[in-house]
Amino acid sequence: MAEVLKKTLTGKAEVLEGLPDHPAMKAILAWNANALTDALFDHDELTLTVDAKSIREAAATVQAAGYNFFEDVTAVDWFPSEPRFQLSYHILSHTYKERIRLRAFVTSADPAIESITPVWPGANYYEREVFDLFGIRFEGHPNLRRILMPEEWEGYPLRKDYPVEGYR
Amino acid sequence: MIESVGTPILKAPTAEGAKDQHMVLNMGPQHPSTHGVLRLVLEIDGEIVVRLYPEIGYLHTGIEKTCEAKFYQQVVPLTDRVDYLGPMANNLCYCLAVEKLLQLEIPERAQWIRVLLTELTRLNSHLIWLGTHAMDIGALTVFLYTFREREEILRIFEDVSGQRMMTSYFRIGGLAMEPPLDLFDRIQAFIKTFPEKIDEYSNLLTGNPIFRNRLKGVGYLSAADAVALAVTGPTMRASGLDFDLRRDMPYCGYEKFKFRVPVSTDGDCWARYVVRLDEMRETVKIIQQALDGMPGGSIKADAPKIVLPDREKMKTQMEALIHHFKIVTEGFNVPAGEVYQGIESGHGQMGYYVVSDGTAKPYRVHMRYPSFATLQALETMCQGRMLADVVAVIGSIDIVLGEIDR
Repeated sequence: MAEVLKKTLTGKAEVLEGLPDHPAMKAILAWNANALTDALFDHDELTLTVDAKSIREAAATVQAAGYNFFEDVTAVDWFPSEPRFQLSYHILSHTYKERIRLRAFVTSADPAIESITPVWPGANYYEREVFDLFGIRFEGHPNLRRILMPEEWEGYPLRKDYPVEGYR
Repeated sequence: MIESVGTPILKAPTAEGAKDQHMVLNMGPQHPSTHGVLRLVLEIDGEIVVRLYPEIGYLHTGIEKTCEAKFYQQVVPLTDRVDYLGPMANNLCYCLAVEKLLQLEIPERAQWIRVLLTELTRLNSHLIWLGTHAMDIGALTVFLYTFREREEILRIFEDVSGQRMMTSYFRIGGLAMEPPLDLFDRIQAFIKTFPEKIDEYSNLLTGNPIFRNRLKGVGYLSAADAVALAVTGPTMRASGLDFDLRRDMPYCGYEKFKFRVPVSTDGDCWARYVVRLDEMRETVKIIQQALDGMPGGSIKADAPKIVLPDREKMKTQMEALIHHFKIVTEGFNVPAGEVYQGIESGHGQMGYYVVSDGTAKPYRVHMRYPSFATLQALETMCQGRMLADVVAVIGSIDIVLGEIDR
């Protein structure tokens, strides 16, 4: 995909036009075109924003499409704007030698999303880490407990309203 | 406060499925074979491991949170402290991520020196793994041999950056300074004898019946499990998956180097030992190629608003002085966006996810470190095995607690 390397494609329509044969894009659209709310191709990385309610199915869809290796999940806190939390899933394909990013947004009123641990058991620790540091619940996670911070810790350190130093 | 769900680990013996004769044993946090402060809660039936829970977080220092309060260039020294056995690899991954956001072109010489030093870092990391792994099994001698070579690598690091371990030598946009004149000769002298040293380790261990028996068939991890549990690096390749970011998704000019990726299909501790030993030999080849083809030119990108000017220029040119002052006091703004940069470190796939909101401080820096995922596979590898095998398996997966806890 060297010819589109420097280009930035914003929005679903533009990405679809610029990368019509992208396997992940095709698979997601074939599964449920409405679940894909936004798309972005920037810095040679494809970001697909999906509806938070269907993240597990989206993960299973890209897994079936050849994106076999779960690499990372983390969150970004966009405090004080809403929806506050952005979850970024990085999925690698050993076949296409390429990485995609799935993105979903959850609100601060109900910071919860479906766990993708049933799809990739490797997401277990990563989701626990997000739960621990951001306080986002993962529905259907087998063992959602704090992982880095002590069990009795109060607050979620990586939230933007949590101070870097001093007292809470 | 959101409630946790799941089984609290200390209640393990009364949990469903556990039998009366089962015992819960704490291994660590202060245990010599856990390679740092890792606590393993083991449920054992006699000497057989039934369940195993790694308890981590003892070294958690909130580096990701600290990054958000620093300028982009101030994050570089923080990255050293994450995987403290592979400082240059951390620097490289972070710098590449920020350079991707800035769309900076890095001069070829800087790229080659980066490759050269990152590969030396890999040797450093593998040498510690080999020494401590063999020591866990009971072969104490190897440790002394590997640390002899590691000492020379650390001296080279000291020459090049002024620090033995926390090097912080790579900067956003290039390198901190031109390496010393005799550096390449020293590295050349080092790698000239290094393959013999690998033979020496191999002579001490490969034929050793105790070492063989402790590793062969122990800690089996199938290829499917390795993918499912997000295991990467030599541990994954020892399970038969042929994937290496350096070859398959090259970064920092790795596409110009020729090397082989060692793979084994056995999936046991022995396979991991063989793969890492082979990887050291391949690393020597990459270093040799980097030395032979070292290009001339600048070691810093041509971006005066991002890269600190040379000392000489700063003293003689007004603009350089202004840029220097601005960068040091205000940092530099990075265009808004998000990038993920993955590299192949000594332990596996390392990744930095950097989100910028257009200011001089990163909005979010997330670090994906290979040991964190590899640790998840520990239970799969140890279940149904003897307690003593846990020690062999921990050694063979080569974890660093600094990068797990961050």
